[in-house]
Amino acid sequence: MLLHDEIGAGQLHSDLASGRVSEHAERAARRSLRAQIAKLERELSDIFVTAFSMGGLEHHEAPPAQPRLLNLGELERIRDKLAERVHAARACVAERADLYESNRVLLERMLLEPARHPYRRVSLSDIGESGCGAWEVRPRLGLIGMLAGWWHVKLSSGCPLAGGRGAAPRP
Amino acid sequence: MSVAARDRPSPPAIVGRLQALSNRYRGHSVVAMRTHPIPRAYRSFFRQIGLDPDSSRIPSEQAALSRLMQGGLRSAGLVKDALLISLIETGVPVWALDAERVGEGGPGVRPSVAGDRLGSTELGDRLVAGRLVVADSRNVHGLLFGGLAPGHGVERQTKRIVLFSVAVDGVPSIHVEEALWICVEVLRSG
Repeated sequence: MLLHDEIGAGQLHSDLASGRVSEHAERAARRSLRAQIAKLERELSDIFVTAFSMGGLEHHEAPPAQPRLLNLGELERIRDKLAERVHAARACVAERADLYESNRVLLERMLLEPARHPYRRVSLSDIGESGCGAWEVRPRLGLIGMLAGWWHVKLSSGCPLAGGRGAAPRP
Repeated sequence: MSVAARDRPSPPAIVGRLQALSNRYRGHSVVAMRTHPIPRAYRSFFRQIGLDPDSSRIPSEQAALSRLMQGGLRSAGLVKDALLISLIETGVPVWALDAERVGEGGPGVRPSVAGDRLGSTELGDRLVAGRLVVADSRNVHGLLFGGLAPGHGVERQTKRIVLFSVAVDGVPSIHVEEALWICVEVLRSG
């Protein structure tokens, strides 16, 4: 027998004494709600890991609480809140995935027709990749290219050096 | 489970084992931890008893977070090291009580009732009824997944230790037994 079932028995008897619900109905409802909470928790954990590489989910801070036996209403409230969080997390991940996709399409277009996207810039983070690189549409040969309409896409050299580009500090 | 042991500084072998275990943690592995079956089971159970595992972290996640924050697993004495090693190895938390404070039948989990106090003295904090506590026939040793009552944990004068764990749905009993046995093995090796 599970710990929860075991300790739930005492609570059940008090509920029965007050004639609120039948024992079997409450047991089944509790079991069902616990299973739903466990399923939602699994889904939220999976989404959390997926979202982590996309910048993470908003941190949810709950007020401090102590462990207790929850009644049916409380279990339902927890289930509903968790369902809302799963829904919001899914929406957040989908929104970011759409944004990355549209930035990838923009990058494809920049590469195909640079002259149509002068000075447009797409960074690696804009397409959900790690690193500091960025693609930018720049004129060839500076002013000449700008006047002549010669544009091309340049990929930046990546993350800045840890020590910077300047001369070494004086001793 | 009861074992004769005293708390003292850990021998170099145990300190070395902690250092080796600390190398298991990387940022991405800690993030993915919650998708593993045992942390997942404890997270679900936390929600089912009214705790939010994102605020009141489950023990294995708390240990991983401490490891990331401190840059390593620090030795804190033989008993605490034994509990930490078993937690990291299995994901199952184990607590240690001074056997002198434990009544017959050993500790179990029950809801607190009106008049319950934390610990064995009249000075202990009065508990709100309905909280889940670790208790025996004599005393309330602490809140479930919370800290132990003052004087109930292992102290200098402790000669015998009672180890207990909390198994939840989704954690195979073999993991719980393994966690307890790892503790015993570490305590005996020290």
